[in-house]
Amino acid sequence: MLSPSDERELAEAVSGATGPLAVRGGGTRRVGHPVDGDDLTVAGLSGVTFYEPGALTLVARAGTPLAQVETMLAAEGQMLAFEPMDHRKLLGTSGEPTIGGTVAANASGPRRVRAGACRDFLLGVRFVDGRGRVIKNGGRVMKNVTGYDLVRLMAGSRGTLGVLSEVCLKVLPRPESTAVLLLAGLDVEVAVRAMSASLNSPYEVSGAAHVPVGLDGDPVTMIRLEGFEASVAYRVERLRDRLAEFGPAGIERRTEGPESATAGWAWIRDVEAHGGTGEDVWRFSIPPRDAPALVESLGDARVVLDWGGGLVWAAVEQGRDARRSLSCGHATIIRADDETRNRLGVFQPEAEPLASFAEGLRRKFDPEGILNPGLMG
Amino acid sequence: MDMPAPSIDVLNRKSRIVERLKNALSAEHVKSDPVETRAYECDALTAYACQPLCVVLPGSTGEVAEALRICSEERVPVVPRGSGTSLAGGALPTSDCVVLGVSRMSRILEVDYASRCIRVEAGRTNLSVTGAVQEDGFFYAPDPSSQLACAIAGNIAMNAGGAHCLKYGVTTNNLLGLTMVTMDGSVVEIGGAHMDASGYDWLGLVCGSEGQLGVVTEATLRILPRPEGARPMLIGFASPEVAGACVSDIIRAGVLPVAIEYMDRKVIEVVESFSQAGYPDCEALLIVEVEGSPAEIDDQLGVIGNIARRHDPIELREARDADEAARIWLGRKSAFGAMGKLNDYICLDGTIPVSELPGVLKRIGALSRQYGLDVGNVFHAGDGNMHPLILFNANSSGELETCEALGAEILKLCVEAGGCLTGEHGVGIEKRDLMHVQFDPVDLEAQMNVKDVLDPAWLLNPAKVFPLSETASRRAAA
Repeated sequence: MLSPSDERELAEAVSGATGPLAVRGGGTRRVGHPVDGDDLTVAGLSGVTFYEPGALTLVARAGTPLAQVETMLAAEGQMLAFEPMDHRKLLGTSGEPTIGGTVAANASGPRRVRAGACRDFLLGVRFVDGRGRVIKNGGRVMKNVTGYDLVRLMAGSRGTLGVLSEVCLKVLPRPESTAVLLLAGLDVEVAVRAMSASLNSPYEVSGAAHVPVGLDGDPVTMIRLEGFEASVAYRVERLRDRLAEFGPAGIERRTEGPESATAGWAWIRDVEAHGGTGEDVWRFSIPPRDAPALVESLGDARVVLDWGGGLVWAAVEQGRDARRSLSCGHATIIRADDETRNRLGVFQPEAEPLASFAEGLRRKFDPEGILNPGLMG
Repeated sequence: MDMPAPSIDVLNRKSRIVERLKNALSAEHVKSDPVETRAYECDALTAYACQPLCVVLPGSTGEVAEALRICSEERVPVVPRGSGTSLAGGALPTSDCVVLGVSRMSRILEVDYASRCIRVEAGRTNLSVTGAVQEDGFFYAPDPSSQLACAIAGNIAMNAGGAHCLKYGVTTNNLLGLTMVTMDGSVVEIGGAHMDASGYDWLGLVCGSEGQLGVVTEATLRILPRPEGARPMLIGFASPEVAGACVSDIIRAGVLPVAIEYMDRKVIEVVESFSQAGYPDCEALLIVEVEGSPAEIDDQLGVIGNIARRHDPIELREARDADEAARIWLGRKSAFGAMGKLNDYICLDGTIPVSELPGVLKRIGALSRQYGLDVGNVFHAGDGNMHPLILFNANSSGELETCEALGAEILKLCVEAGGCLTGEHGVGIEKRDLMHVQFDPVDLEAQMNVKDVLDPAWLLNPAKVFPLSETASRRAAA
């Protein structure tokens, strides 16, 4: 296993590689086709190198544990607004999620629907490409259109174009108060309408999720509001009025501390409903309006809907091709055995000419094909 | 500002190229008469102009593909154009290029409230996207100052921002999908009404690539429900540094205003005489706008007012009604026009970390005195996106050059302070030769590698973004 401790050693490790490298941060998000190569972990590149709460920016080496970043931000009343998902319960992995791995997977949670995805909060990157070049792009300012945006290219590229060595992220104030409206007993079609009505209201909904089989066995729809206490109190009442046609709504409140209002969102974010089961898990990113049709097409699959219906996590019987149910958007296999992943492809096949462009980028940034070769298909 | 020497070979083939384009598109949409092409000789960076070989104005993605295929076969450079409002020279032609304008393509294709997005043809103007959904209580968030005129195509090419992106983000954060045609005439579909990418983030890569990777013909944009209300507060300060410090404190306090705009004395005086907005007599002022219900607005403005009072404001004025709000914004919105009445100017776009505002403002003042040219500062302070306006007289020999030299110094200062050359206008030709200040050769090479893949012949807007010396061999190979 290669475990460089700084960017220079990382560049040397890549330049000196004689064969494929399986690049990872904490190794907790093993999504993609298996890579046969020497392990290269960036866990040794650790530490927050710059944090300026007044400028809402944080710079961290790629291997910095995500938990360390979040603790540091919490101490200043701030947070990673994109609410990065923790894959460990879903995938049964262990280890420590890193900030680099989070960015490489563009891991974004429920707040994505309002605040944006990980890629939207990524201001700058440093990375080592397959030729051993140390490349920087972006910076640590909120607006930056200087040259091409390789920052977003790196987000979600899963170590196939370069190995992240450092990332700069925009952070946001942690909300003082949270309230969750709970609607009970809605079927998926009605739930998506209720979530849409919420997201289309002026009340700045920061989460909209639906679970047909909640912890107590019944359907539950969750709508989250965050902000200053008085503002949340006002908006939650107004929104409850607006949602009257969907039945009486319960309200959960949190002002301080991780109580039920936040625990429920971690449960959604980490797709805990599908953790520890034997089924395959698929992730569908779709237009929210398509959610009811997709869920119906998936039949008896167990589903969790997030992003107002735009994100559907489906637990289906092993080996089944759930991608057939997709009409628009994309489907990714998050958990399945190697045979299923190889047969069905983990990622949505890309149409031409994008597939050729992707191959072209890999040839430019990794001509020897040593960075996570084949991981993205 | 150097531009590459035109290809004599292309110039010699003008009539053949025009003929082929006329055969493919209807003749009236291919303009080669210098009288007709004059309107396309420059964009909003008016200091530079050049008549193109010809102008094509396709009416569909298919026609764009057809035009690009012909240009590709004929090895003619193509300069894509939205509405021509680029302040960076992004749409500046060369004499051997075909200008491809998408202004005829401006239809609304689909409005989908259930998925909160709208699909439009890319020639549609920014403001008219909001116009299509505002009756239903929605808006499109990015709001560049030129939003009445600028096209979505150009917004995507430059990753345009605006005053309200402090809260809502810039174009790349509000773009869900697009249809694009690459130089060889291939039609590429990226994204859609869903919220993330499966493979690489092509949307992110194309957005801000200044028309060098493809011509965007359609876009799916995120639309947002309009807030219940919005109200600004005006705060005057005794010094620019104190105003800058106040911005940082507001950001730090956990309030997220929708906009924090800054103007210095120079600009205040000019807009005051131009628009009589009733601004106070002070060294610097901030306009801070917040959104929500009336009570929420009161709360937020209360927090902001308390922060501002710690900085001994000369004046603190909260808009009590729509009329007062409009007057507070009036001066800011007329600032660029007012400055233009006073003199010629170039508008910079350097962006710095918010915490660096006080120091950088001070050093800009020193540079202004050193070069003997007035600089007015009016900008989006909340995200550190500065817009120093350097005033000069274009009719006075050498002043444009002095002005550009001062501009370069200010931009270098922004990079030194941890910032960048351009926050929302783009590089174009204007900042092309300063790219070395911000990037090492290997960084630029990596970016050019992307163009190598999507436009291997380097025919799309080839003389922009990168220093000409860096791209010479690539352009020559074409």
